[in-house]
Amino acid sequence: MDKLDKAIINYLQEDFPVCEHPYRQVAEQLGISEQVLLQRLDALLSSGVLSRFGPLFHAEKMGGALTLAALKVPEHRFDEVAGIVNSFAEVAHNYQRQHELNMWFVLATETIEQMEYSLREIERKTGLPVYNMPKIQEYFVGLRLEVG
Amino acid sequence: MDETDFRLLEAIQNGLPICSRPYETIARQLSLNEAEVIERLQYLKMTGLIKRLGVIVNHRKLGFTANAMIVWDVPKNRVDEAGHRISRMSFVSLCYQRPRQLPEWPYNLYCMIHGKNKQRVLQQLDELIEHCDLSQYPCEILFSKRCFKQRGAVYKLLSKQVAGIDG
Repeated sequence: MDKLDKAIINYLQEDFPVCEHPYRQVAEQLGISEQVLLQRLDALLSSGVLSRFGPLFHAEKMGGALTLAALKVPEHRFDEVAGIVNSFAEVAHNYQRQHELNMWFVLATETIEQMEYSLREIERKTGLPVYNMPKIQEYFVGLRLEVG
Repeated sequence: MDETDFRLLEAIQNGLPICSRPYETIARQLSLNEAEVIERLQYLKMTGLIKRLGVIVNHRKLGFTANAMIVWDVPKNRVDEAGHRISRMSFVSLCYQRPRQLPEWPYNLYCMIHGKNKQRVLQQLDELIEHCDLSQYPCEILFSKRCFKQRGAVYKLLSKQVAGIDG
């Protein structure tokens, strides 16, 4: 990764234009040719530095439900419980964190009813109470990750 | 949103084509014309259904291996103000208000910091607390130890799979 890769990543974390020649427009902003931008993007995607280049949808506006939930998992049951939680297709992220509440995961479902059902199923299959913390308010973060 | 919008979202969910006229490529796949695809995407962005188009970075591959969730217990009448201040810090990647789960979990304000290492994140947290005047609120920092699963949420939409939802 060189300076140009970093500039491309920083620029495209913000937004991508919707017009006939969006790459050409971005390339002009970065002072490079469209061809170079396309090659760099291809390379960054194949190396896995970028996991995706596309849309971020707004779950709630799509009619869906999204939540952050946590479990207090006894140390000796950690891998077993992780296996159960990860087996749910609606679990998007799952992190082990240093705290008594040591498993934190994000759930996304089509409806609120499905969310309630999935949370109950996780409780039933793990035998552990789920701490459910859906967002009340999001505070807008402008700049994403500054790669330098 | 109509059936064509759903087809369009489905077509782009895993990524935009990397070519000179990506919207024309999508249009051809869907038997639409380029102008219509552009118009529909602009509308979907305007309504906020598409929050943004752009790159999703792999934090770990970029060397941002320390991932910290920081939580505060802030009184209801101060929480929005604190949230707005935190969200303006350049190194904060997400900031949310969430319900407390008393008595075990008294925290209602969350933010995420992705840093190069733990020490740097702790410095940034000090800076954040000072700059945003948060020192009077109880706070905890939860570093991630392991990531078991990370992908765009798979989300059923009219029986179609649409990936890539960001809370």
